[in-house]
Amino acid sequence: MQKENKIIIELNKIVKKYYVGKPNELEILHGIDLQVYKGEFISIVGESGSGKSTLMNIIGALDKPDSGSYNLEGIDICQAKEKHLSEIRGRRIGFIFQTYNLVARTTARANVELPMLYRGLPKKERQSRAEELLELVGMKDRIWHKPEELSGGQKQRVAIARAMANNPGILLADEPTGALDSQSGRKIMDIFHRLNKEHGKTIILITHSPELASETGRIVTLCDGRIINVRRSGAAC
Amino acid sequence: MLIIENIKIAFGALFSNKMRSLLTMLGIIIGIGSVIAIMTVSESLGGVVSDSFQDMGANNITVGIKKREQEESVRADGMKFGAAAGSGSIEEKDLVTDEMLTGLKQTFQDKIDAVAISENIGSCTANNGTASANILLSGINDGYFASSKITLLAGRRIKASDIEGNKRVIMISDKAAKNLFNSINENILCQKIAINYNGKYEDFYITGIYKYEENTFSSDSSSNITTAAYIPLSAAKELLHSYEGYSQFTVVTAQGTEDISLFAEEIEQYLKPYYINNEDYEISSSTMESMAESMYEMIDTISIAISFIAGISLLVGGIGVMNIMMVSITERTKEIGTRKALGARNSSIRLQFITESVILCLIGGILGIITGFILGAIAAGILGYQVAAPLPAIIFSVGFSMATGVFFGYYPANKAAKMNPVEALRYE
Repeated sequence: MQKENKIIIELNKIVKKYYVGKPNELEILHGIDLQVYKGEFISIVGESGSGKSTLMNIIGALDKPDSGSYNLEGIDICQAKEKHLSEIRGRRIGFIFQTYNLVARTTARANVELPMLYRGLPKKERQSRAEELLELVGMKDRIWHKPEELSGGQKQRVAIARAMANNPGILLADEPTGALDSQSGRKIMDIFHRLNKEHGKTIILITHSPELASETGRIVTLCDGRIINVRRSGAAC
Repeated sequence: MLIIENIKIAFGALFSNKMRSLLTMLGIIIGIGSVIAIMTVSESLGGVVSDSFQDMGANNITVGIKKREQEESVRADGMKFGAAAGSGSIEEKDLVTDEMLTGLKQTFQDKIDAVAISENIGSCTANNGTASANILLSGINDGYFASSKITLLAGRRIKASDIEGNKRVIMISDKAAKNLFNSINENILCQKIAINYNGKYEDFYITGIYKYEENTFSSDSSSNITTAAYIPLSAAKELLHSYEGYSQFTVVTAQGTEDISLFAEEIEQYLKPYYINNEDYEISSSTMESMAESMYEMIDTISIAISFIAGISLLVGGIGVMNIMMVSITERTKEIGTRKALGARNSSIRLQFITESVILCLIGGILGIITGFILGAIAAGILGYQVAAPLPAIIFSVGFSMATGVFFGYYPANKAAKMNPVEALRYE
């Protein structure tokens, strides 16, 4: 990990509530403070219902907090308009989901092209970049395959290539190995390490597995909507 | 660029649910198909009418006397009603006289080709002692065949001298000749046949045989068919014991008369003075053109009315499209969430689903046009006047089906666009 002290994500007193104003109002996050440095490989762990998915949605600019401030690469996310948010999601963050979320009936290459399509890149550029990225994750011989024809691990590799499409600074992975066998999961983790080390990507890994978390540089433990522990792990450093 | 991708996505989505897409399109197919078919039939019907009128003579002006519209329904004394002013039946003084016609012909010498007059006598039987034939007897003047074209097979037509000499001659059709004599040849000419009219037998000598032609409006192929037979007008007047003069005649205009309607007006103006003091009747004229015009108008009105009803099935089809789009976006909620996470703007999502809906309707529309073509061709074949489906109807159909796609696709597409990405991604 390149030691850079540049803060890429800064969360201040983030509060997220559901059913605001209703009798069953529910506060999920009770004031989260978190800073993520550029090039860091960080994991967020916690039990189900600890609020880690909610936190991920906020970090991924899919959702806005009810109070607190969120600064991503110098942009105040809380004040950004929807149109701007979609641009941020498309260019600055690469999402990797537990369920892969590849678009059905479309080839691996077309899936990788999607973020570039929404960014408005010309066809040729999209295609060559998509092929490059698929090669990077070891899926070059599968570019014409549709998600239905791929195994879980292969799908997740295509999803990682897709997350990398617009060369975002941050990769946000939500339980990326949760649906995979240990061998496929291992390959995925290896790719993450490579992207972190060789490409300098800031990676935020959300997981409930302590073993996977221990591979990362820093482990943030969430419990009942609060950060209860931040621990540096020697493993990846 | 995005639109091409959207079209690809739309085709992919529609083809992955072939049966569902086809069933959804059915409403559009039926709607567009019936509109096209109706338009084709109406065009074909117009053609049939136009042909028939052409046969009857587009250059003809029909002039006749018409009962005056009673303007003063209640008179000053409050007792007499307008209808009581005259007897109502046509009297000799009301009819157009030979004198008037001669004057008319002289005044418009260069514009009038002939004046055709016919007096309808009615259905009669003709008998030659051994066989009989049904005929529809009319008395005609020498100008008659200028307005009604016939093909002479044997003998001659009725001439002016027949009328002046009040000769008992008759022209019959080849069908009637066949019924009476079993053959058509020169020998039949000058044969005597007896016409039974009003219980009395009148003898006539055959002077000509014409070819009977079936037309669209009467296609009776039975052997004992009633065909027209012509006798001199003077003989007809005698049979009918009717007044001198004519209630109606046809002016056949000369070649090169530009404005038939205008000329009809001139004729009316010419004859008007004769009727200025007539309380009951006035002169009125009509042209084939104006008659055809009103016929076309009627066909158009009817076809628009039926098309409107067919349009309702388009509405139902459109609602079907909307319904299936709602199902589609619900099924693809997760995909929508994913696309949003990958940087898709709301407008991109909206465009994607509107494109899908438009493509669905457009394919439906094209299939509908093909269906309409086939149905229209079959119907036009039955009417006996082949026409291509009218181009405006096709353009309208394509445009309308696209508009249906946009209109009924907008609501579901907008719903998709406004989905909350977090909830969409969480959707199972």
